[in-house]
Amino acid sequence: MNDDERTDEPQLDEAGGPEGTGPEGEAERTVGGRLLSELSGVGADWRTALLVPALAVVTALIISGFIIALTDVDFWRGLGTAPGQAWSDLWHEIVDSYVALFRGSFGGLRAISETLTASAPLILAGLAVGIGFRAGLFNIGAEGQMLMGGMFAVVAGFTFTGLPVVVHLPLVVLAGFLGGAVWGGIPGLLRAKTGAHEVIVTIMLNNIAIRLVDYLLKTDWIQVEGRDDPISKGVEVSGRLPRLLGFLEDVRPPSDIRVHAGILLAVLAAWGIYWLLFRSTIGYEFRAVGYNPHAAKYAGMNVTWLYFAVMAIAGGMAGLAGMNQVSGVLYRVTPGFSAGIGFEAISLALLGRSHPGGIVLAGILFGALRAGGQEMQVATDVPIDLILVVQALVVVFIAAPALIRAIYRVRTGEAAEQLTKGWAT
Amino acid sequence: MTALPVVAEGKVIRTPAEIRRARYLGITYLLLAVFVLWAFGLGSRGNGDATFGLARATDPAYPLDFTFNAAFVGFLIAGMLAVMAGIQLARGFGKWSNIVLAVAFVAVVFAFLGWAVAQSPQGSFSLVGMLQATVVRSIPITVGALSGVLCERVAVINIAIEGMLLGGAFVAVLVASVLSDLGGETVILGSPVGGWIGVAAAALFGALLSWVLAVLSVRYRVDQIIVGVVINIFVLGLTSFLTLRVLAENSHLNQGPIFKPLAIPLLSDIPILGPILFNHNIFVYVTFLLVALITYGLFRTRWGLRARAVGEHPKAADTVGVDVYRFRYLNVMLGGLVAGFGGAYFTLGSVGRFDENMTNGRGYIGLAAMIFGRWHPVGAMAAGLVFGFADALAQKLGILQTGIPSEFLGMAPFLATILVVAGLVGKARPPAADGQPYVKE
Repeated sequence: MNDDERTDEPQLDEAGGPEGTGPEGEAERTVGGRLLSELSGVGADWRTALLVPALAVVTALIISGFIIALTDVDFWRGLGTAPGQAWSDLWHEIVDSYVALFRGSFGGLRAISETLTASAPLILAGLAVGIGFRAGLFNIGAEGQMLMGGMFAVVAGFTFTGLPVVVHLPLVVLAGFLGGAVWGGIPGLLRAKTGAHEVIVTIMLNNIAIRLVDYLLKTDWIQVEGRDDPISKGVEVSGRLPRLLGFLEDVRPPSDIRVHAGILLAVLAAWGIYWLLFRSTIGYEFRAVGYNPHAAKYAGMNVTWLYFAVMAIAGGMAGLAGMNQVSGVLYRVTPGFSAGIGFEAISLALLGRSHPGGIVLAGILFGALRAGGQEMQVATDVPIDLILVVQALVVVFIAAPALIRAIYRVRTGEAAEQLTKGWAT
Repeated sequence: MTALPVVAEGKVIRTPAEIRRARYLGITYLLLAVFVLWAFGLGSRGNGDATFGLARATDPAYPLDFTFNAAFVGFLIAGMLAVMAGIQLARGFGKWSNIVLAVAFVAVVFAFLGWAVAQSPQGSFSLVGMLQATVVRSIPITVGALSGVLCERVAVINIAIEGMLLGGAFVAVLVASVLSDLGGETVILGSPVGGWIGVAAAALFGALLSWVLAVLSVRYRVDQIIVGVVINIFVLGLTSFLTLRVLAENSHLNQGPIFKPLAIPLLSDIPILGPILFNHNIFVYVTFLLVALITYGLFRTRWGLRARAVGEHPKAADTVGVDVYRFRYLNVMLGGLVAGFGGAYFTLGSVGRFDENMTNGRGYIGLAAMIFGRWHPVGAMAAGLVFGFADALAQKLGILQTGIPSEFLGMAPFLATILVVAGLVGKARPPAADGQPYVKE
């Protein structure tokens, strides 16, 4: 991960979300501590910074345990006849669920492979939301941008045939970026030119993208020949993201180690966004606009261009997430292939404090929840939708540290973050 | 900020932006005229007549048909649009311009329908049936938009409409299924007692969710949009989880009563309007009532004046003794009550059972309808009807075999909303303090 590269120099300008860091004097004097407090955005003490997300996750899992218990019909039936047995069964079910959740996410090579496979699009889409937050824009449209990116990627994937991988794969990646960038650039441009709020425009563009994909999947151009259902043509082998551990399948045939180059792309993209935001002039301008667009304007920055650029890059990241699914996992496009990843990305960016490093970590956590949730559903009949509840609860506790403070009586950041602005501009 | 219009000698001098917009509108009318002339006038030549059914097969007055020559009507409407373009470019319509825009919209849709029906094999279709479907489909969108209006008028952004609708739909069917035997054979306004309790429970659940929104956004000052998104994810996850875990194996918990249509005496016998407006289940009538009540409440009562003051300038409201927090809590929870009620419509008002993610983005469309309707209850209903119409038309197009993909029609409301927020159809102005937490000093 890129965290290591950053530890050797002071990074004061990197500090934090909209609340900024606390007084320097309170800061932990170690380099790692400073980095962690920068990641947190809540204050100077890095222990607090790690404490809140950790407690948020733990609390969310505990509450979810209660939800499993409350919804166990057998338990409520058994409570009347054999309460001892019912309580014991219930306890085992909850323990088994969480054991399966862990086993499916980190308990072995295949589990880790599944976690990383699920993490890659989440990280990319999380970057799409996070970079928007940094510039004071709420990109709720990652879902639509993913759809468009995936659509562009699949077209590039089946149109070009007979190309070598080194040419074709970059073309597919570029197409995915471009598709998302177009879909993200529109709200950026409208926001800058007309003041149309990006939340509304991106929600609308999500809905438009869903219908556009539905339509395109039925055209002769995209739809695979001889099928009536909406399925696109397949991506050529040369346009697919290669599996990283494919050779292991030859050694142990039954194993299905799906992890592919998408996770490397995601980490690379996170590093790129980090560099862009905190090491480049334009990134400085992005953040300046995020703090105060009026001040940025009077400082001579071209706010119109900046809003467009931020949203286009954000859209491009989400487009890469769509490309990742098309070129790395599904090899084709079907309706709704984005599967809500674009919405999960919002929680993820919040959990990761809109910092590329935090987003990578949060992405791996959410990927683990996805992968483990599958295992949990198979092993214990606890539906995977529970992880949405976990995610929602985590974000509530992250967004309102006061709740964590009230439950655990610990010191946390003072105020809740205000990441978006109202409709009125 | 654009300069304010100046009143001089009784005549409004328009700002450059307004003049530009008026010109754009005139050009739009002109382009529409050319398009209607080409597509629906010239395009309908030789297709013959179109017949609109104005009564349903079950009505006593059946058949009541309206037959006209599609090409002729196409030419007529093109001519009308050209005249409107001329007037718009020459001197504008002043305060009538929004009404003229609506008339132009209806005229273009009418010409389109004439063309579509005339070229279809059957040459006729039930206009009344489609308008009735429009009203039915507009209900959840309108109710969602009303919920948004209630919240945003006190400056709390409610993105969680979707979650409140979904949660309401789930709770309504669950409670109504459990209590389905309550009250025996008694039927009140089209539903057994259990159904009514289901609706009440749905409304209360909506209020509970909105209470969470209020606590987090008013008391803890968490970003309102984020709270809304989180509530949506939470409700989607929880209802899907419960559907798979509990309802799938206990299908008797997912069989709610469906509210029966109630024909209003006398009114439902009016030709054309009767079947469109006065032969629905109670959800439709309550929605109409809510629009009237909220409009009256917001613009004619002390509560409404104070609520709007809280939304426009909370500090000023606070200074004159209005309890900003109390109003925000109250209105947001009223909004949740309304949205929860609207959620019940998806199950008890329509299919009687709950499916995962069955609202499918209607709450977000409601949000769009609220903006489209400019934060006004009547506007919200009008926008809801426009969206419902596009929805109903998308269904009908398949039958008429126009060759136009229904997906494009499905996109139209969203494109229209983008045009509205981008200010191309006049500026929509939200409450001034919308989305900003208030810190009492």
